[in-house]
Amino acid sequence: MLDKELRSMIGQVKDGRMDRRSFIKRMAAVGLTAPLANQILALGGVAMAEGASTYKPTKRGGGGALKLLWWQGPTLLNPHFATGTKDQDGSRLFYEPLACWDPDGNMKLVLATEIPSIQNGLLAADGKSVTWKLKPGVKWHDGKPFTADDVVFTWQFIKDPATAAVTIASYRDLTVEKIDDLTVKISFPKPTPFWADAFVGAPNTILPKHLFADYTGSKSREAPTNLSPVGTGPYKFVEFKPGDLIRGVINPDYHMANRPYFDSIEMKGGGDAVSAARAVIQTGEYDFGWNIQVEDDVLLRLEKGGKGKTVYAVGGDTEFIALNFTDPNVEVDGERSSMKTKHPLFSDPVVRKALSLLVDRESVKKAIYGRAGRTTANFLNGPEKFVSKNTSWEFNVEKAAKMLDDAGWKPGADGIREKDGKKLKLLYQTSINGPRQKTQAIVKQACQKAGIDVELKSVVASVFFSSDVANPDTYPKFYADLEMFQIPLSQPDPSQHMRRYLSTSAATKENKWQGTNFPRWVNKDYDAAINAADMEMDPVKRAALYIKANDLMWEDTVFIPVMHRLKVEAAANNLRPVISGWANETDNLFDWYREE
Amino acid sequence: MSQYVLRRLLIAIPSLLGISAVLFFVLALAPGDPFSELATNPNVPPEVQAALRAKFGLDDPIYLRYGHWLNAMLHGDWGFSFVSRMDVDKLILQRLPTTLFVIGSAQILALLIAIPVGVYAATKPYSLFDQIANTLAFVGFSLPTFFTGILFILIFSVTLDWLPFVYTTDIKATGIHWVLEMIRQAIMPVAVLGLFQAASMTRFVRSAMLDVIRLDYVTTARAKGLGQAKVIVKHVMRNAMIPVVTLIALQIPAVFGGAIVTEQIFRIPGIGSLLISSILSNDTPVVMAVTFVFACLVVLFNLIADILYGWLDPRISFR
Repeated sequence: MLDKELRSMIGQVKDGRMDRRSFIKRMAAVGLTAPLANQILALGGVAMAEGASTYKPTKRGGGGALKLLWWQGPTLLNPHFATGTKDQDGSRLFYEPLACWDPDGNMKLVLATEIPSIQNGLLAADGKSVTWKLKPGVKWHDGKPFTADDVVFTWQFIKDPATAAVTIASYRDLTVEKIDDLTVKISFPKPTPFWADAFVGAPNTILPKHLFADYTGSKSREAPTNLSPVGTGPYKFVEFKPGDLIRGVINPDYHMANRPYFDSIEMKGGGDAVSAARAVIQTGEYDFGWNIQVEDDVLLRLEKGGKGKTVYAVGGDTEFIALNFTDPNVEVDGERSSMKTKHPLFSDPVVRKALSLLVDRESVKKAIYGRAGRTTANFLNGPEKFVSKNTSWEFNVEKAAKMLDDAGWKPGADGIREKDGKKLKLLYQTSINGPRQKTQAIVKQACQKAGIDVELKSVVASVFFSSDVANPDTYPKFYADLEMFQIPLSQPDPSQHMRRYLSTSAATKENKWQGTNFPRWVNKDYDAAINAADMEMDPVKRAALYIKANDLMWEDTVFIPVMHRLKVEAAANNLRPVISGWANETDNLFDWYREE
Repeated sequence: MSQYVLRRLLIAIPSLLGISAVLFFVLALAPGDPFSELATNPNVPPEVQAALRAKFGLDDPIYLRYGHWLNAMLHGDWGFSFVSRMDVDKLILQRLPTTLFVIGSAQILALLIAIPVGVYAATKPYSLFDQIANTLAFVGFSLPTFFTGILFILIFSVTLDWLPFVYTTDIKATGIHWVLEMIRQAIMPVAVLGLFQAASMTRFVRSAMLDVIRLDYVTTARAKGLGQAKVIVKHVMRNAMIPVVTLIALQIPAVFGGAIVTEQIFRIPGIGSLLISSILSNDTPVVMAVTFVFACLVVLFNLIADILYGWLDPRISFR
């Protein structure tokens, strides 16, 4: 039904019977807006809209200094070696991609001149290739011209396994060829519904061939340009002190009219989120503070009569509680949580459902996340087009208790429910992080009321998120019954994110726990839906497949989503930052300005 | 004398070797992985992490890695940071001046307060001045630096809006304005560190002075008709300073430790904050190098203390 409706609407837009705006509006009504909504139009034969610009200044420069505060300072300035988003943020000040994502998930052109679509012939109808036209006359900061050779070289640089580029997954299966000096063609081995991955967004910026050509493969770590970037961006590199400071000055030859607004830029690192919020919102020493993960009442207090405010951006990050489908307490062939076991308690779906009823998301939002969170029943919370409307959640201790009663889990002498000698005792782990420990406490309290004994465990983040094979406390090992964290959705497309939970990707001793399916959930229907979606070129069917995959997770209670988290930033009252939930904070930096 | 110094330096070699071995093995056995952040990013295939581990030699056995490290160190190569992909010595040198400036100023401030106050308090024990100095000293060293740091920020930056609380190495002004701006931003961290040091030092100077001031030779000096100032400065202080020098020398590494917290609070880009961020990101070569620098400082300042003894008290001979 959704399928038909959309199809006829796309037809109307094509014929001009419906304008783009009302199409987006109608889609929003059925839960279909944001980045991929535009890609739907692109693949449905209507060109993708370019993100609207809100940029007002009418001349280049004159904006003074822009002072950014990143409480984790970038430690290196090559986006393809970035160990975290902070390094991508820092690199993006100087390097540029072909296009980036605006706050609504629309594509914004940077080094390209046209958004590929089937009409303009740049996007192949079978989804197996996309052609990008490059902006003419763009110069690297050292004066050399930017051409298709740089794009092709960047691909060669990344796909060499000896380079060990962190972005290799987006490039190793593609072929990039130069058509002429200002045209490159990217070919995919199979139909690729999400073609806007390579060379798009802050993680995928383009490197100058003339400076990196001698430093490919295993020599890449020695490239001096890793620490003193020469890009095409709005600011030229001046100075870099890892973890502490990046400085840049305006690029007078920047290829976008009237941009950038600021004469110089400074990115200071170090400290903690709370004092960063203070320096921006309360004392106004800095213009912008990154990733202000601070309790909402602290922020509200700082905002009273302060010099700045908080800024939110909606993306698709979900804080979840994962349930272990294998038994963490039994060792089989030297491996706990082995695929050969079944969880003694969670193998009863009623227990999983009851647990889901015991997570009080409204209280978590009120007490912890505040404006930075939204309650949700879904694991997949964005882009809008992929968000299921078929799910629901509730917090109901009585209902949970009744469900457990009916299923034969009766309270024992100590008040803890048991069945066939198995007691409902759970170990619930997460990383050490204020909001997470508070969430744990809220969940534990509700479980206690329902007769479930929950033991809380918190692990230092550097251990919890490590891949240390020798350490039993990492999240992929999952030697607990429940674990809570979030995996960021770093692009406006769910394919990478959802592919993690294929049955074949379970984390086991055999693959050194590098498998991505840590709940070790096995579901044939899910595998089929994900594999089909990976090949599906019809955007409507593809969205339906991901919605189905999400609903399967919901039905099986693989994850109990706790909160759909928004990005929180702090900005001076007169600063007009452009922040997208689908991109790095600095991805739209060329459009930032200050209201006089 | 020079023979003594040489012998002491030679003795320092095995102790530094021992320290480096302990540090290295403890760090190698500690949990955590420098490339762990990559694991949480669904777009990074696990092979990249494996390739990086291999590239940086993290998969070799520990004793081999220690051998490599030691060998490189002897050749003046401090190692290569996993996280910043640059040489560790460059990283440390970039940050050392700031740390030395802050710690040096704090130490000077501490001495400027502790010696006059301690000496004066000792000449008039149990007077009103002595009581007040004592009380303040107790308050001073019972308040940890992370507390006074935040208190200062709240008072001087947030409420009064006099001083900036983010330390920057990149001041835009030149000439006298640069100096003023530098002083302005250094006031709070230096005061926090310096006052904490001054508190315990004042107590120590006072008690050292009291020990000496009662000795017979001081009475003799007074009986000769020397003035109070001359007796105190030339006769009492010189002897009283011997234990004080030991204390100061031995405390220098502790000051570096205290500076770690202060650097974090005020965002001072010194080696202390480098150590913290490296520990958090499991950048072992940097952690190793910074802790090793601290170890060298302990050994070095012990030696300096011993040499200063001889200068202060000719009765102590170097053998």
